Amino acid sequence: MAEFLIETIGLPSWLAWTAVAAVAAFLILNVIAGGALVFIWAERKIAARIQDRLGPTRTGGRFGWLQSLADGIKLLAKEDLMPDGADGMLFRLAPYVSFCASFCAFIALPFAFDVVGLRLNVGVFFVVAVLGLEVFGVILAGYASASKWSLFGAMREAAQVVSYEVPLGMCVVVPVMLAGSMDLVTIAEKQAGWLTNWYIFHDPFTFVIFWVYYTCAVASVNRAPFDLAEAESELVAGFHTEYSGLRWSFFFMAEYGSMFLVSALAAVLFLGGWNGPVPIASLLGWSDGSSLSAPYAVRLLGCANLMGKATAGVLVMMWIRWTLPRLRIDQVMTTCLKYCTPIAALMFAGVMLWQLFLPGGLIPGSRHQAAAVREAWLEGRGDRVPSTNVPLGVVPATSRQVVGVSQ
Amino acid sequence: MTECLLAATTWLLPFAAIDWHGLFFLLFAAIACGAAIMVVLTDNVVRMALHLVLSLGATAGLFFLAGSEFVGAMQLMIYVGGTLVLLVFGVMLTAQTQLVSLRTPAADRVLAGILAAALFAVLVQSAVSVEAWRRPGRAEVSAPTATPLGMALVGVRVDGDAAGHESRPLSGYLLPFEIVSVHLLVVLIGAAYLARAKRRRTPRAVELVASVDPPPPVQARSEAGESASVLVGGGR
Repeated sequence: MAEFLIETIGLPSWLAWTAVAAVAAFLILNVIAGGALVFIWAERKIAARIQDRLGPTRTGGRFGWLQSLADGIKLLAKEDLMPDGADGMLFRLAPYVSFCASFCAFIALPFAFDVVGLRLNVGVFFVVAVLGLEVFGVILAGYASASKWSLFGAMREAAQVVSYEVPLGMCVVVPVMLAGSMDLVTIAEKQAGWLTNWYIFHDPFTFVIFWVYYTCAVASVNRAPFDLAEAESELVAGFHTEYSGLRWSFFFMAEYGSMFLVSALAAVLFLGGWNGPVPIASLLGWSDGSSLSAPYAVRLLGCANLMGKATAGVLVMMWIRWTLPRLRIDQVMTTCLKYCTPIAALMFAGVMLWQLFLPGGLIPGSRHQAAAVREAWLEGRGDRVPSTNVPLGVVPATSRQVVGVSQ
Repeated sequence: MTECLLAATTWLLPFAAIDWHGLFFLLFAAIACGAAIMVVLTDNVVRMALHLVLSLGATAGLFFLAGSEFVGAMQLMIYVGGTLVLLVFGVMLTAQTQLVSLRTPAADRVLAGILAAALFAVLVQSAVSVEAWRRPGRAEVSAPTATPLGMALVGVRVDGDAAGHESRPLSGYLLPFEIVSVHLLVVLIGAAYLARAKRRRTPRAVELVASVDPPPPVQARSEAGESASVLVGGGR
């Protein structure tokens, strides 16, 4: 898009890059904020239906679809309270830390082939690393609130997140191994084609490890049945007991943003990313199968695909939340250390052996060679143009790869 | 229309002259240094940890700015993530009131100052002595990738051509990598061994009472007290 602005409209390059970066940031922010509005409404409706109620019905006419907006206005108008003994600076800062971590991770998340805020060649690693920072906000909130409920919640969250990062990391490594790349765009691109090319259906081990990933993801975003940090039947509201108004809503936006993010990551890593179950675009002849030449509409379709998969993941999380009872802290730890970690390790070894002995799958010739990237590197070709030597300072390095839909 | 757009943006023209890369470098560097100083000056452990997170995070930003995304993500994962544990310890420590604020004695401050100055001098000296950094103009960087590093770790060097060592194939880092990972495994097992709950076979209260035959009064009382404390303590 930046090239388009420079060449067609004739904007100077720095302005074009800045404009593109601003548009990307705006869109991502709206995915989180707008998504949170929709998801909160959906959660209320789903919870109500599961509990045989109606949920919100009045605000905004049918189905109460404006309920979240009304809630938002109410939250804006609420008084911003702070306990007497609280550590003022940390108390005020904590919600923003949580939200920023959640927001930052979206930067590297690809929505369609070129629709990615910043294409990092270590995208998976970046997302997992940044997502782990969200817990800082929770711990700071728990500490700064000067409340025992909050502190308990924060300590539980710390123990939980530190433990669950281990199996989560192991699960994430499997698609990386299959694709031969840590680039999220490359990983999703390798699953193009029919449903059977998705990594979840790659072999039995990846099918199992997808569910392990999903369990760990639910735990790492602090959702029921792993929502010990805010166990409302024991700790009032856990780490956000003392928060009200807009600051409280920042925690919630961060939570819903993270839910969407881990679901989208699951979609990219295991469920084919923006590739639909049926390659409609290439069947209809809109594109020749390679994403580089795909027209605008195909990329929009890809966006819708990925968002749909991620939304489905979030809805399943809600379903789980209103179905399963909360685990005790020792049960949470047992689930992580005695079940998730060993299963993930075994499946990891299994996938490795599968790649060694059955690299083509059970039906020979039915799928792409998974290790093509490595061979390409060994032959010195590289699957991407490796290094356009950009002198420092010509373009800000961070916006060098900010690409919208380039035409 | 294009002219209108350009005319509307003429007031922005001075911004075009700004070296954005340099600006962001200065911004991140200032955050890193300022937060590092705040770590030293703050006396609250949790705030110290927060400033440390800021400082290390800004350093990660510098790595991203330099285009080395792998190192930047590593910095976030290992250092910033590791500070999380530090933060937890900070919270646990400050639960006791005497540790809420840590004051450094003046003698320690002087000692730390001398040490820091010496380290700084060494770093500056070695940084200045790098030939390529003293040339005028800008160094050219190639967009790096984690793939050569990963390949080198499994024993295959794909960066040989770039470095000009075509005659002699470079050796990978498979052996050091394996040694380090085995070392880490040993450390993990050792930590688990040291931290495990020390379980002693303590007879249950019923067995204890039954085994005392006949009970000397003093000993029986002490044993009863012991078994009661074991029960209360939840030991098995």
